[in-house]
Amino acid sequence: MEKVSRIAGVAAPMMVDNIDTDAIIPVPWMTKADVDFGQALFANWRYQDEAGAVDRPDFILNREPFRGARILVAGTNFGCGSSREHAVWALLGFGIRSVIAPSFSDIFYENSCKNGLLAVSLPADAVADIGAKLDGGDAGLEMTVDLEACTVTGPDARTRPFDIDPARRTALLEGLDEIGMTLKDAEAIAAFQARDRDSRPWIYQAGFNA
Amino acid sequence: MAGTLFDKIWDSHVVASRSDGTVLLHVDRHVLHDLGSNIAFAKLNKAGREVRCPELTVAAHDHIISSAPGRRDDTYAEGAPFAKALRENTARAGIRLFGLNDPLQGIVHVVAPELGVALPGVTLACGDSHTCTVGGIGALAIGIGTSELEHVLATQTLILRRPRTMRVRFDGVPGPGVTAKDMILCLIGRIGAKGGVGHAIEYAGDAVASLPVEARLTLCNMSIELGSRIGMVAPDDTTYEYIKGRRFAPEGELWDRALAHWRTLPSDPDATFDREVVIDATEIAPHVTWGTSPQDVLPIDGRVPDPEALGDAGARTGAQRALTYMGLTPGTPLDGIPIDIAFIGSCTNSRLSDLRAAAAIVRGRKVAPGVRALVVPGSTSVKREAEAEGLDAVFRDAGFEWRESACSMCAGVNEDRVGPGERCISTSNRNFEGRQGPGARTHLASPPMVAAAAVAGCFTDVRRLGN
Ligand code: SF4
Repeated sequence: MEKVSRIAGVAAPMMVDNIDTDAIIPVPWMTKADVDFGQALFANWRYQDEAGAVDRPDFILNREPFRGARILVAGTNFGCGSSREHAVWALLGFGIRSVIAPSFSDIFYENSCKNGLLAVSLPADAVADIGAKLDGGDAGLEMTVDLEACTVTGPDARTRPFDIDPARRTALLEGLDEIGMTLKDAEAIAAFQARDRDSRPWIYQAGFNA
Repeated sequence: MAGTLFDKIWDSHVVASRSDGTVLLHVDRHVLHDLGSNIAFAKLNKAGREVRCPELTVAAHDHIISSAPGRRDDTYAEGAPFAKALRENTARAGIRLFGLNDPLQGIVHVVAPELGVALPGVTLACGDSHTCTVGGIGALAIGIGTSELEHVLATQTLILRRPRTMRVRFDGVPGPGVTAKDMILCLIGRIGAKGGVGHAIEYAGDAVASLPVEARLTLCNMSIELGSRIGMVAPDDTTYEYIKGRRFAPEGELWDRALAHWRTLPSDPDATFDREVVIDATEIAPHVTWGTSPQDVLPIDGRVPDPEALGDAGARTGAQRALTYMGLTPGTPLDGIPIDIAFIGSCTNSRLSDLRAAAAIVRGRKVAPGVRALVVPGSTSVKREAEAEGLDAVFRDAGFEWRESACSMCAGVNEDRVGPGERCISTSNRNFEGRQGPGARTHLASPPMVAAAAVAGCFTDVRRLGN
């Protein structure tokens, strides 16, 4: 996984609650052989046609300077619905490195952490304030998310702290390979299974291949 | 110390506790499907890693396959590479695949309990958010993403943080025409689409205890629509009867040992939950959604809400946006809204009992002119059993299509789609924008409600049709 520490750039406000992963990447786009997932981001909102050839000019990520957005500011329960990790890949593929919202769905949050997309929750009023400032555009559209310092700096230069689980923070900062780490516990897993095989033999004798 | 069903299963599966607050949890059953696992296999191969426990893993073709009679891998052309990759990946790793033409094929969350792959007390992971369905049998079943899926393939474990616990008690027993689908829709309407985030839910109470296992699966299926990755119902005699004799269920001495273990699982009477919600089940009516989130739901005698009447600005904008997308006007009675399509299927409501309940409404009636109605059994076994009872004839005579088992019109990931602007009443679980196809308008309801709408040509209170 790529390391994450500080993300600075244009932030796009999408102040809608419950943005689901079907909206972030509609299913037909997960199966197209010749497109990258970044092209698929918000496809139903972003394009007029199914092939994605014609933009909807009023969609925020089709407008300058948001075409180059690095940060997305969104409503509550972001990433709800399907577990598709493609939603995270689509955001990253487009260039979004951080999403700021009052809350995230559990699976989306987990998927984000595992791919180096920095999902930051801030209190709802703070997100609403940032969203309003971005919408007005008077204060500018650039923001910074700093994982070292655990702060978000809004377009008005106001800096707010955010909370993140220390283990997740380390994993993101160091770009850890979780599977590699778990495999160091291979003996503990084998020991668990040996014990468990005695107490719950039916788990291991299902005979799926028989 | 007194424990909940969730606590007992979780605690007995911890392989290691880490100083950072996570645990390594053993996965007893890993279930794969065609849409969700190919990228994980590719990454695993690239890293030079092997599948650790193929004997604890099964796979099925379900999402990206055709539901057309006589289908092959390439009947839905875009799906062919996915079907093939799953065949190859599972064959190479020695994993049992319930493939396209296997009599045991079906939607992963339908076949896992039906075949006895899922059992009470097991931990089960699958790269699909509706894995929570399987909690209806008393398993700790959790939906995972691709990275986690790769982690399970390589290690047979998951790194997890312990969720909080929540009990939802449905007191009393609902009236006729009211199903488990209406119970869960009602709950989502009450506590909202993020009402369960961070929690493992246990459903309890008289209404749940009296539900057959298949209906408990329906109830747990939509836990994710509350934001919960885990939904469960304690196993009881109803569960054990359901499991006995299933294809991969334990037999003989193993059955006796398993049963003795299962009986220790239900939450202790003095166990405490982080949160409790109580719903009077006697008051629940048949429900139908009106918007683009499962929380946008009302009893059938309700009216399309007026966004202006909503309290907070966010909700107002959301509702406005939903109504524009759905092409609905505030104040319109739900009862009577005309439909284009009626879909009976998906891992929420495609089991034999669902088809029976729908057939009971359809029998002797005809699909309304201009309506496309389809039934897609959740598994090939369900299809076979339904045909043995003559349910296929009931549906066909009424003008329904009777198709092969698959996810079909639930997620628009194959040729079964709802067209732009078309209105579909569906027994599936998500009414998101574009879920059943770009521009599709989806309304969630129970199988009897969908059957009633199919014959009436519009939403209608199934209790008026009776059976
Ligand atoms: S039926 Fe629908 S919700 Fe269920 S697994 Fe298939 S696509 Fe997902």
